[in-house]
Amino acid sequence: MENHDVIIIGGGPTGLSAAKRLCNLGIKNVIVLERELEAGGVPRHCGHLGFGWQSHKRFWTGPRFAAELRKATSAIDVRIASTVLELGENGIIRVQGKSGISELKAKHILIATGIREAPRSARLVGGARPQGVMNTGALQQHVYLYNNKPFEHPVIVGSEPVSFSALLTCRHLGIRPAAMLEEGSSISAPWPAAIISRLAFGVPVFRQSKLLSIEGRNQVAAVEIERSGRRQRIVCDGVIFTGLWNPEIALMPKGSFLENLGSHAQGRYSAAGNVLAPLKTSGQCWQQGVIAAEEIAMRLA
Amino acid sequence: MGLALLRRFAMAGLKCVLLEKNADILSGASKGNSALLHTGFDAPPKSIELKCIKAGYAEYLAIRAKLNLPLVESSAIVVAWTEEELSKLPAIVEKAHMNGVADVRVLSQAGLRLKEPNLARAALGCVFVPGEHIVDPWSAPLAYAHQALAHGAAILRGAEVLSGTFAKNEWKLKTAVGEVSARIVINAAGNFGDLVEAIARPSPFAIKPRKGQFVVFDKPAAKLLRAIVLPVPTARTKGVVLFRTAFGNLAIGPTAEDQEEREVATCDETTLNKLKSRAIEMLPSLEGIGVNAIYAGLRPATEHSDYIIEALTYKNWITVAGIRSTGLTACLGIAQHVSELFAKNFEKLPKKPATQIWTPVPNLAEDYIRPYMKGGEIVCHCEFVTREEIDSALKGPLPAGDLGGLKRRTRAMMGRCQGFYCSAHIELISKDRLNGKP
Repeated sequence: MENHDVIIIGGGPTGLSAAKRLCNLGIKNVIVLERELEAGGVPRHCGHLGFGWQSHKRFWTGPRFAAELRKATSAIDVRIASTVLELGENGIIRVQGKSGISELKAKHILIATGIREAPRSARLVGGARPQGVMNTGALQQHVYLYNNKPFEHPVIVGSEPVSFSALLTCRHLGIRPAAMLEEGSSISAPWPAAIISRLAFGVPVFRQSKLLSIEGRNQVAAVEIERSGRRQRIVCDGVIFTGLWNPEIALMPKGSFLENLGSHAQGRYSAAGNVLAPLKTSGQCWQQGVIAAEEIAMRLA
Repeated sequence: MGLALLRRFAMAGLKCVLLEKNADILSGASKGNSALLHTGFDAPPKSIELKCIKAGYAEYLAIRAKLNLPLVESSAIVVAWTEEELSKLPAIVEKAHMNGVADVRVLSQAGLRLKEPNLARAALGCVFVPGEHIVDPWSAPLAYAHQALAHGAAILRGAEVLSGTFAKNEWKLKTAVGEVSARIVINAAGNFGDLVEAIARPSPFAIKPRKGQFVVFDKPAAKLLRAIVLPVPTARTKGVVLFRTAFGNLAIGPTAEDQEEREVATCDETTLNKLKSRAIEMLPSLEGIGVNAIYAGLRPATEHSDYIIEALTYKNWITVAGIRSTGLTACLGIAQHVSELFAKNFEKLPKKPATQIWTPVPNLAEDYIRPYMKGGEIVCHCEFVTREEIDSALKGPLPAGDLGGLKRRTRAMMGRCQGFYCSAHIELISKDRLNGKP
């Protein structure tokens, strides 16, 4: 069985930053397991600017930031297409890869699996189930990774910072959202967002508006909303569900010994980055990776 | 249903064609069912439905290994939550025994708790049905389709039947993809059964689609329960069922809502919330476990309580209609029954079919070996679907006809993230390749 000092699960900003810091601290037998075909995490498909300030004092796009992270860790064993299936209490983990399932062992394992947005189903949004309903994450991949336009006039649900990332993503391919819906009475993003979205993008922001149901046979045709107590129909061809973050914790289900795992590297396992508490920026994740690495190094010393 | 019939007749050596209205098979009534293999313990005694359920159950068990189809041996419990329901349990056992399901028996509250320790304490007792099981609702009919194709059958998709004329012992059906002629027509049009029936005669039945909504919980939930939890039925409906799925989830449903709409089955938030709360009420440890999916299906109910299966000898026509929620189990049995009708009314079927070809399908069930375990590049991370599985679902004699068909063939995008990570990638992979385009 392969034996390592540290195995890091997740090759996003947190995981790669922790790997780099561990190496700098002299812990050389470190591997990063990344299930996608490329490390870099979510910034890989955030095509707009706003990345790299906290870590590099630069103003980059997400893909550029992800590329810089990969470059910074090029000397480290980052294994792509490696899916962790199970975490054992003894520090032995089961990993699936191209050639099958194997077991790896480490003195310490850092979980940096990140977060994702709640899909339509978890929000129990009714109506039909046509094509064209997705999260910001999937939209970004369509647009920035595959140059694909999944719709022309979607409705954006939510007004968190990520909702504005959805707006920017739409603009990149000339997608013109029909409206942005916010359930509360004010915008969740910490800036004069309604003004920005209306002025810069021409997208109306409806406050106190809740999405009731989705219509459409093959593709989305319209949505029904409740706006300040009144029902209203908006013609659109897609729905983007933004925000409402869930940690990617399939590996540490309720009731397991890993439940309530903290960032402190006391046992064999610790967690860092967005998986612990959403939603930190990629820069904050980078910094948390550094701190996590230092804690792990102290524990192993 | 159509696929089980196609398989039966193709394997008997007849030249058969299946006409499917949608871009892919399994897009209608079969799309959203609860995937249970029924014993028939609660079916109406002496009905055709009971006969077909029992025959279908037996045939599924007999052929499943050769087609690589899973069986999750769960058993079922009909749980009494009130004293009144408790008093109805002996009658359920009596009916089960009358239906020839001899191993059905009542369990006390203590016996029930021993079997299902996570069930809410309010459960007073149950009827235990050892033979009820869980199956994969899409792989089974897909396997029937492949086996039919291997025996020379044809499947035309996007081939809605528009009209038909019967003359000189031959049917000429006008379809969306051209004219198809046949000696004998079997109407298994599900939610469109009465409309297709009208081609042969004024339909003696009307389809009133009965909608059933479902909520599917994330995988950790499946560990909380073994048996399928059925309610004590009322006069109107068999009620809402809490059950594991072959894919390792736990689901609750269906509701029973009559509607006119035949194609679109919508969910509504109020009902979904009620279903979710009811599931948590029955299984309190479900609290806090996420919802992976919501869906709704339409079962082709008619004004008649039994299936409508008859041969119109003067029209060379066989009607197979009103196949409701038991259809997944019963379809193989219905195919047997229809082939008997066929032999009696039209022509003899060859006694011994030619060499049988078996067409195993890739396994999607959690309890069996899945392709990713042997290696490969995982594309859908929630359901562990490999690139190879996606590619092979886009190839072969019956490639996925649309994204829904690809999901049903592979499970891709059907897990907890519902495509957050993989949907754009999978759309790219499948772009221009749906329906077998290279």
